[in-house]
Amino acid sequence: MSLLVEAITSLLLIAGGVFVFIGSLGMAHLRDFYMRLHGPTKATTLGIGCMLIASMLYFWSVDGKPDIQEMLITLFLFITAPVSAHLLAKTGLHMQLRHTDTTGGKPFELRDEEVGDKPVPHPDKGHG
Amino acid sequence: MIAPRSWLPTPVLSILLLIVWLLLARSYAFGQFVLGGALAILIPLLTYRFWDSKPRIKKPFKLLRYVLRVLGDIVTANFEVAYLIANPWRTLKPHFIEYPLMLEERFTITLLASTISLTPGTVSANLRLDGKSLLIHALNVDDEEALIEQIRERYERPLKEIYEC
Repeated sequence: MSLLVEAITSLLLIAGGVFVFIGSLGMAHLRDFYMRLHGPTKATTLGIGCMLIASMLYFWSVDGKPDIQEMLITLFLFITAPVSAHLLAKTGLHMQLRHTDTTGGKPFELRDEEVGDKPVPHPDKGHG
Repeated sequence: MIAPRSWLPTPVLSILLLIVWLLLARSYAFGQFVLGGALAILIPLLTYRFWDSKPRIKKPFKLLRYVLRVLGDIVTANFEVAYLIANPWRTLKPHFIEYPLMLEERFTITLLASTISLTPGTVSANLRLDGKSLLIHALNVDDEEALIEQIRERYERPLKEIYEC
């Protein structure tokens, strides 16, 4: 394995580790639920991306043939991360979790009174 | 819902399943093709009721450009969020934002919401029941209008051009 590949791989690994660490740090010390949600969904996507590219590079140079299996992990991550973040946020709104006072905007989900609206019509069944 | 009659209700999904199977198996032997192909036909047949009919992609090149732009945004905005979190002297101004949706199809709204969640600094928190606005939580906002405008121009308009016209 040449020095250049080794250097790039280790740089990517370090960068990935730093991003994932900052993401977890955000989860640990941001002040409310909605802010903490940002850490794991975001900083980790790039962090894990860096590590996967490093892994691809490493095994390419060791085995001598490119392998894109790691791309699958990225694909699954990009599909699942936003969905789980959305569900968590939705649950937080449903439970009316508190947020910091500096938060701007007051969505009606977090107000006390009941507010409802018609559901989205199903494309096949309409409002039925 | 997709018409149930055909034996191959979602051809793109089938191809994708076959590719994923082959990549996971890490082998391109004939047997893997047979097994993967059988799964690629069976799984859509069992799950087609679950899928919305997917709007047709009208401008594939714009879709490619959109994907590249989102990837680029993920990288640059990750640095911003990392800086926001790691900088101890920061004062974050989190904000709930009502984003009025221009898109109408459920599939494209899903794409937009996922994009918003993936690009750092914003999480899509709730799609309103009437499907007309999206609640976004942003980590640090100086100008609410500017953020809405940015999402509108960078993500929503391209998506509308690609899928809905």
